[in-house]
Amino acid sequence: MNRALGKLPKGWGGLTHDWGSDQRVFKGIPWNKAMMWIFLLSDTFIFMCALISYMTVRASTAASWPDASVVFELEIFGTSVPLLLIAIMTFVLISSSGTMAIAVKYGYEKNRKLCTIFLLLTAVCGATFVGMQAFEWTKLILHEGVRPWGNPFGAEQFGAFFFMITGFHGTHVTIGVIFLLIMAKKTWQGDFDTGRKGFFTSVTSNYRAIEIMGLYWHFVDLVWVFIFAFFYLW
Amino acid sequence: MSQYKTQSHKIGIYLWIWALLFVFSFFSYMVDYLNFEGTLRWTLILAFMVSKAALIVAVFMHLFWERYAIVNVLLWPMTLMLLFVGIMAADSEYTLLTRLFYFAAGS
Repeated sequence: MNRALGKLPKGWGGLTHDWGSDQRVFKGIPWNKAMMWIFLLSDTFIFMCALISYMTVRASTAASWPDASVVFELEIFGTSVPLLLIAIMTFVLISSSGTMAIAVKYGYEKNRKLCTIFLLLTAVCGATFVGMQAFEWTKLILHEGVRPWGNPFGAEQFGAFFFMITGFHGTHVTIGVIFLLIMAKKTWQGDFDTGRKGFFTSVTSNYRAIEIMGLYWHFVDLVWVFIFAFFYLW
Repeated sequence: MSQYKTQSHKIGIYLWIWALLFVFSFFSYMVDYLNFEGTLRWTLILAFMVSKAALIVAVFMHLFWERYAIVNVLLWPMTLMLLFVGIMAADSEYTLLTRLFYFAAGS
């Protein structure tokens, strides 16, 4: 942080100062990071709409809603454990968030090697998550006969919301993994040290790109926190 | 570069938050595993969910260290969405009521 930024008022005084200064509002934040935050806010609205419509349908149906701990139980050594796969998926995604945070830290320290390693670890955790989700979908579609228009467990709307919400989240994870791999390659090549220009842009790259990547990845983890609570535990 | 704030913090804080997220996730899984029911179940699920979300946003996404100009832009719309949740919850209760009424009445 430079001296000029340190001199600005902080807290609520800072809020009125930044918004009323007739200059750029988000001081100390590069435009691409601000835009990532705005994008994530709009993405929050999308997931919120999905979860609110799920709530509305579940609360207003007269049929009984399928019991998630029965639908998602997994048989291990002859005994069935409720939500086992979902719990493992949760721990894997949280771990990927931890490694991502550490990758951002090493990025700012310009530690090219460790930054690449932790980005790759994050990508591996993300891919594992998507893999387990594919397994879960296969099990539900092929063995349990769950469809968007019906299922053997209860209220017919269950499948539609399950596939829409987890599918949309899984898509986000998949896109995240692809971008993590691109970022890992760029980091390893030293693009952020040499200031090499990106593929689509004339703007030179630097390690702040890792933090922006991190914002997206933590958001994916954040959405899973809500899906885990409302869809699987509720 | 110097015009922007860099988010560099000690590695310890990330490891602590990582561990706390594990603990909260384990507890929320236990809520299901131990078959807690009713208000206790919903309160615990919501408490662990909010704690996890707050830790991720505040520390992993560094919002705790950002200026209020961006913090307020992000948190107020998210808070307002709770109003939307409330409206739709009330509406779905009404829908359920009418359904039960007309299904029972038979027309």
